[in-house]
Amino acid sequence: MAIATSTSPRRSKTLLIVMVVYAIYTIVPLAWLLFSSTKTQAGLFSSFGLWFAGDNAFWDNLVQTLTYRDGIFVRWLGNTLLYVVLGAGGATLLATLAGYGLAKYRFPGRRAVFAIVLGAVAVPGTALAVPTFLLFSEMGLTNTPWAVIIPSLISPFGLYLIWTFASDAVPAELLEAARIDGAGEFRTFFTISLRLLVPGIVTVVLFTVVATWNNYFLPLIMLSEPDWYPLTVGLTQWSAQAIGAGSQPIYNLVIMGSLLTIIPIVVAFLLLQRFWQSGLAAGSVKQ
Amino acid sequence: MTHLTSRARRIGAVAAVGTVAALVLAGCGGGADTGGDSPAASGSLDSIKAALEKGGEITYWSWTPSAEAQVAAFEKAYPNVKVKLANVGTGNDEYTKLQNAIKAGSGAPDVVQVEYYAFPQFTLTDSLADLSVYGFGDLEEDYTASTWNSVTSGDKVFGLPQDSGPMALFYNKNVFDAAGVEIPTTWDEYYEAAKKIHAADPKAYITNDAGDAGFATSMIWQAGGKPFTAEGTDVTIDLQDAGSKKWADNWNRLVGEGLVAPYGSWSDEWFQGLGNGKLASLVIGAWMPGNLMSGAPDASGDWRVAPMPSYDGQPASAENGGGGQAVTKQSENPELAAGFLWWLNNSDESIEIFLKSGGFPSTNAQLSDPEFLGDTPEYFGGQEINKVLADAAKNVVPGWQYLPYQVYANSIFGDTVGQAYQSRSDLNEGLSAWQDALVQYGNDQGFSVNK
Repeated sequence: MAIATSTSPRRSKTLLIVMVVYAIYTIVPLAWLLFSSTKTQAGLFSSFGLWFAGDNAFWDNLVQTLTYRDGIFVRWLGNTLLYVVLGAGGATLLATLAGYGLAKYRFPGRRAVFAIVLGAVAVPGTALAVPTFLLFSEMGLTNTPWAVIIPSLISPFGLYLIWTFASDAVPAELLEAARIDGAGEFRTFFTISLRLLVPGIVTVVLFTVVATWNNYFLPLIMLSEPDWYPLTVGLTQWSAQAIGAGSQPIYNLVIMGSLLTIIPIVVAFLLLQRFWQSGLAAGSVKQ
Repeated sequence: MTHLTSRARRIGAVAAVGTVAALVLAGCGGGADTGGDSPAASGSLDSIKAALEKGGEITYWSWTPSAEAQVAAFEKAYPNVKVKLANVGTGNDEYTKLQNAIKAGSGAPDVVQVEYYAFPQFTLTDSLADLSVYGFGDLEEDYTASTWNSVTSGDKVFGLPQDSGPMALFYNKNVFDAAGVEIPTTWDEYYEAAKKIHAADPKAYITNDAGDAGFATSMIWQAGGKPFTAEGTDVTIDLQDAGSKKWADNWNRLVGEGLVAPYGSWSDEWFQGLGNGKLASLVIGAWMPGNLMSGAPDASGDWRVAPMPSYDGQPASAENGGGGQAVTKQSENPELAAGFLWWLNNSDESIEIFLKSGGFPSTNAQLSDPEFLGDTPEYFGGQEINKVLADAAKNVVPGWQYLPYQVYANSIFGDTVGQAYQSRSDLNEGLSAWQDALVQYGNDQGFSVNK
């Protein structure tokens, strides 16, 4: 720990303890999920949460999860991927174009856009869900995948992030130089700016992917056809099956389903974090 | 089926805030797009049977486990009719969607599952079709008085009951015997039994309750309380009436002295306790046997059923959970939808499927059927449990009414009465806090509450 030299050993010890506690706090639910995924429905209730039950049912649970009700889980997984690719992908593209434009060009109404975006960041998506539903219902788009994808395309936070990032990461001098060399605005954007924006874009991708992947309330109210559900809504429905008269608890499948649901997100984080480098353009121009 | 996860409650609450207001306004203003002219202003049981033969397509929202098999059997019996079954979520989730669809003027199904406690919310806002025009009023004799009361309002019939949940005492005989406890018939005896069981094993409790709106309202119902009355948009709330106080005073000693396990139903601890004897009894709806068999298989043979304890030892019960189906005003073919509903909750074939799935019937024919009453499940040590449960159905205290915004009310129960549970303070104060919140909410939504 090289940084420790600048602080007293006692303080770093406290820090260490805090971090260890934090790490345990973060890891315990994940560990519980992993252990629980190996248990049968009965084993879940009769064994300690953070260790294995006698019988290992991991494979059974996996097969059952993927085949229960004609493999509806796989369908939900596909839906979620569709919403993420189109929704989060589109949101990132739009946020990048708009954020870059706002940061690098001067035009009338720029301040108004700034105010609207800042305001939009403050409004939680849940509060907008019902008005959005009424709007989409008017257009006859409810109960279609578009009702989930189109609202996902808008990411005020992503736009704001790209904007602030682009203000710093893409030096105006560099753009000037490109213009003098005769490059058009699009060429400048795609060949120069886009590369400099990559760390910002990756951040936005992660945020929008996680937001779309975890989105629950919007698809819940928009969709009434289980065939179009994303994983979040589908798993909640499985979980709710255990409650009330004539219940059919399938907690083992809910747990396995949750495990399968978080894996892609973990993979996305691991793959994308290496793009997180700032200051690509540091030293490229004289400031 | 009133028990919902806290997550579902929260979401329901969020949605309800945005939707109930508009619903009330739409209801008062005549409703812009809620159906318009009913295609069939009059009809009869014969005319809906004709509609069934003619056929068509209808949508049905339900989360009940028997729905799939029932729809399949129906389509076999009436091959010209196609039923599109969708499970759009349980309880609150479904009501949120239904409210949204009603407000939007389109998107509601033809037939929808609604729990009894939620019926007033949709009937008051004119969202459900009045089925008395098809002669459904004549079906009254087929159902128990309490369930029929839950789906009707005056002469209007807004649905047909499916399951019912008259309350009874489910108890673990082994635990009771080990602690030397007799089956309590009064709440005083129940309180003594609670002390004995907890003293015999400090980890064992007579029951659990962490504050559950469905349970509390049912208990107030049994105590003779009538805290909610509604006449159109005039609503009266008195959660300190004699019956409400009676229950709160009774339950105060159990909660206050730490004699009930402080966890919610359907939780891990709850299922564990039912299986390993740490949870000695449940006062719960008659639909419980199937859940015990599937959720606590280890305790097979240990459980028994007795009448619910009462205040004076005389038989008295209340409905706990349960619900039926209704036809929405948005339905474009209400006659066909009514036909499906009639088959669903009135035909022996459909009720048979429902009973097999572990439900408890609301129909008098089944409740007095010797075969049903003579059933002796091994899980309950060969006891004829349905006799006890059918008696409970007869002893439901009459005259209960839910609030026209009970779905919201239940969602904030934890924030008010639940607090009293947490701090083990006077439940009466919790009930008063609940009342204050409900009066304010109701007035904000355009009702006139306690005015």
